[in-house]
Amino acid sequence: MHGLINRSIQCFLRETYGAAFWSQVAQAADVSPEGFETMLSYDEAITDRVIDLAARDLAKPREALLEDLGIYLATLEPLRRLLRFGGVDYVDFLHSLDDLAERAHLAVPELDLPDVHLKPLGPDRFRLVCAGRRGYRAVFAGILRAMADDYGALALIDAEEGAEAVAIELLQTRFAEGRRFDLALGGTA
Amino acid sequence: MDGPPMPAGAAIPDEGLARLMPMFARLSECGHIRAAGPTLRRICGNIDLAGRRFLDVFDVARPHAVRSCADLFDLSDRKIVVRFRALPAQQLRGHLVRLAPGDGAIVNLSFGISAAEAVRDHGLSHADFAPTDLTVELLYLTEVKSAVMGELKSLNQRLQSARRKAEAQALTDPLTGLANRRAFDLALDRAVAGTGRGMSFALLHLDLDRFKQINDSLGHGAGDRVLAEVARILRAQMRQNDTIARVGGDEFMAILMGASEPESLLRICDRVIAALEQPIDYEGTACRISGSIGVARSVSYARPEPRRMIEDADAALYHSKHMGRGRTTIDRPGHDAAA
Repeated sequence: MHGLINRSIQCFLRETYGAAFWSQVAQAADVSPEGFETMLSYDEAITDRVIDLAARDLAKPREALLEDLGIYLATLEPLRRLLRFGGVDYVDFLHSLDDLAERAHLAVPELDLPDVHLKPLGPDRFRLVCAGRRGYRAVFAGILRAMADDYGALALIDAEEGAEAVAIELLQTRFAEGRRFDLALGGTA
Repeated sequence: MDGPPMPAGAAIPDEGLARLMPMFARLSECGHIRAAGPTLRRICGNIDLAGRRFLDVFDVARPHAVRSCADLFDLSDRKIVVRFRALPAQQLRGHLVRLAPGDGAIVNLSFGISAAEAVRDHGLSHADFAPTDLTVELLYLTEVKSAVMGELKSLNQRLQSARRKAEAQALTDPLTGLANRRAFDLALDRAVAGTGRGMSFALLHLDLDRFKQINDSLGHGAGDRVLAEVARILRAQMRQNDTIARVGGDEFMAILMGASEPESLLRICDRVIAALEQPIDYEGTACRISGSIGVARSVSYARPEPRRMIEDADAALYHSKHMGRGRTTIDRPGHDAAA
């Protein structure tokens, strides 16, 4: 697994549950005391071990923890900005997720994000299918929730049981004033 | 054939052009702007562009300066670079297409490589760009690139400080903080090389007396305390650019730069031995040690060699021990001014 992903899990756990909690999980999962390096690659199994141990210690279902991770990621300002580049409104953003893996490749060629595909099911209903590893569905459900808030859209988002997919029902595209986004950092408009 | 034939010269209305190319300008046959796209108007400060002469508003910088409308239209189908005259910093990339004679031309402009500044300066958003325009992707990549570079930079800094730490550890005796044997050998090589440039030095070999008894009777804690004190004494008696190393259990070596006079060397060594003979307190017990020293001087050799000097300092040290400990011998006995 790419260090960027592992490192973001580490930051999520440390910032949400404290440094002591992270050290305890890291030690139990056999992660070096310095933690993960963003630009290195790690064995896939270690990522699952960290998630499983953290979920166990928090007495929280794995899915719920992963969804919180998704929300955490989408609220990190640099990541939020990169996601907002996807489109002018929430629907635009949903469609841009099809390009997510390719965009990630442009930035970091070794970073393999899951292939996700948005399937429109009706004017306001979509299904986001996540291929690849288990767990991405929950992370995406979290990201989609946080980004709906960011765009000011009102949407029902459900990680589908038993399928690596997320169901999205859009109730209102402009429900609230979304957060501001300037294309250029330090923008004036 | 699909459907009826298109009427010849079907013109795209300006509002359609504006959506396709938000930075277009339609020019009349005499080079006046007849219509301009919304993004172009915006970056020109929302002035009314219609009716102005294109070359009055924009200065063509490449491929060459242009003064007349005819010259401008000659640049049809080539990449041009123009500057908005009111904001000389802003360079735009352009593409002019001549229409049928009498119909003028269409110019489409874009930000090119300076897109980020333009977007920031004018507060542009997705809506200011055509969906086919890659400017937003360029901004995205610029941001991703700086994020990745930031990560690489911090990784490099961490690796760099880890390397420095590892290097220092590889050259330091952890107990006393003095140089270790490896660092000493490197320093000796440097000192020997320096003699070729007329520098001199003395090599000291110190062996503690009665250290083993302290270790055996009071334990390693006492031994460690004594070794740390010896290191402190050596540091106090020598200068900053001298090298002091712990090279074995209770053996120390030092390189004294610029020292060659036997009298001054003897003075230094006597001071070291006198300091070593002061009792060292360890948990209420006074530890008493002494030391024997052998010295080899670079000036005693025509061509000093590290291994030879170490052997000779060792022989001098052995002589000091043999003569009853707590004393100093300078130069290998019986080998006066060896060649």
